[in-house]
Amino acid sequence: MSQFQTISTISLCLASVLVIISMIMSYRQELKLEKDIFISAIRATVQLLVIGFILSYIFSTESPIFIIGLLGFMAFNAAYNSAKRGQGIPHALWISWFAITIGAWITLSILLVTGVLSFTAYQLIPVGGMVISGAMVAIGLCYRQMLSNFELRRQEVEIKLALGSTPKQASKAIVRDVIKTGLQPTVDSAKTLGIVALPGMMTGLILAGMPPLEAVKYQMIVTFMSLSTISIACFITCQLAYRTFFNTRNQLYK
Amino acid sequence: MALLELSNISYIVKDKSIISDVSLSVNQGDYITIVGPSGSGKSTLLKLCSDLISPTSGTITYNDRPLTAIDPESYRREVGYCFQRPYLFAKTVRRNILFPYDIRGLKPDMSRIEYLFDLLHMPLNYMERRNDELSGGEMQRICLIRSLIFEPKVLLLDEVTSALDATNTSIVENVIDELHKKGITIISITHNEEQSLRIANRRITIVDGQLAKEEVLI
Repeated sequence: MSQFQTISTISLCLASVLVIISMIMSYRQELKLEKDIFISAIRATVQLLVIGFILSYIFSTESPIFIIGLLGFMAFNAAYNSAKRGQGIPHALWISWFAITIGAWITLSILLVTGVLSFTAYQLIPVGGMVISGAMVAIGLCYRQMLSNFELRRQEVEIKLALGSTPKQASKAIVRDVIKTGLQPTVDSAKTLGIVALPGMMTGLILAGMPPLEAVKYQMIVTFMSLSTISIACFITCQLAYRTFFNTRNQLYK
Repeated sequence: MALLELSNISYIVKDKSIISDVSLSVNQGDYITIVGPSGSGKSTLLKLCSDLISPTSGTITYNDRPLTAIDPESYRREVGYCFQRPYLFAKTVRRNILFPYDIRGLKPDMSRIEYLFDLLHMPLNYMERRNDELSGGEMQRICLIRSLIFEPKVLLLDEVTSALDATNTSIVENVIDELHKKGITIISITHNEEQSLRIANRRITIVDGQLAKEEVLI
């Protein structure tokens, strides 16, 4: 980035008048949301200031152990959240953690090897956060779709088993559908980039003073890395999760 | 030596007994019909025979070997199972007919497919039909063809004619008779008294998950 467009504290305070506008709207429309709007604005301010200080500290560190540890912590939290969507799937937490870790590790390694990123907290932590959170959402979608498919298409799976197929062969169509479900939002979003909406990150970079063409390059990398991580994470999740629907006799669990 | 031997098998789900202490010996070439009131456990018994579920207690042996010692896929390829409700997966008849070849990694044997379509009175061009273009009777006949692509040694039939009209029932019954004449062992659930007596050599009655009666018919 060549130069930053900084925002003065006075400008920020004046911009807070936007919150007052929404409070007035609420009052006029008798929505009784004035208190909630006020509290949410205060909370947002405090939370963002706190995270700003934390990020300033994190980005100032160069310890590889700290960077990897923090990425691992983010991956575990993401796995924990996505596993909530997979209640009923044994080992959902560890499957998610493994899928997210491998997906993020491959993507970040490629970005490091190709020189797109350097091994600094300033670059790895926010980019890692993007890929990990993308994988978390996609894995959650995969789990929900898988649970629903194995319930709704139980007869199909049993028929295929009765014909002598292995669990892998009997689940192939379901696994394919589930991976598609996990990938679809990212693929759709990639298709409409720049047409339907300017992505938040790109907009942020432009607002911060980066030339649009440079911001576009960053956005392209974000799009590619999201597609890569989510594909890997969905594939690993589905390949490990479908087997948990079968017992050692290759029968579907009740 | 019995081909399929069920010894004191019970099946319990969530503390509810579905099958209780059933023993049955099935010989090569047998045609056994299973009758009994709805909910008596007939379909569960057939599923146990197909190895889609395992008994809570008791043992099932096939050719004197316990099922637990036989690879499940190898066993299910010898013991065909046709469900009560006809169900075709994917979108087309073709995908269903080719599935048994796909899972074995084999090329389709068109002469075998043509023979089975002919046997079940189905025009071969139905291969290209979409599943939703078929009537219930046609779907059940396709399901039967799918189960017979590789001729099983034992065929388990769960009320396959219960939802069919007279014409379709007659076609399916004739095919089952034909298969039995070729030496395939048939175990068939039916609600139809006349059907249960027509050709079977044994009839067993299941009531409340227990073997209530066993009759030798021929």
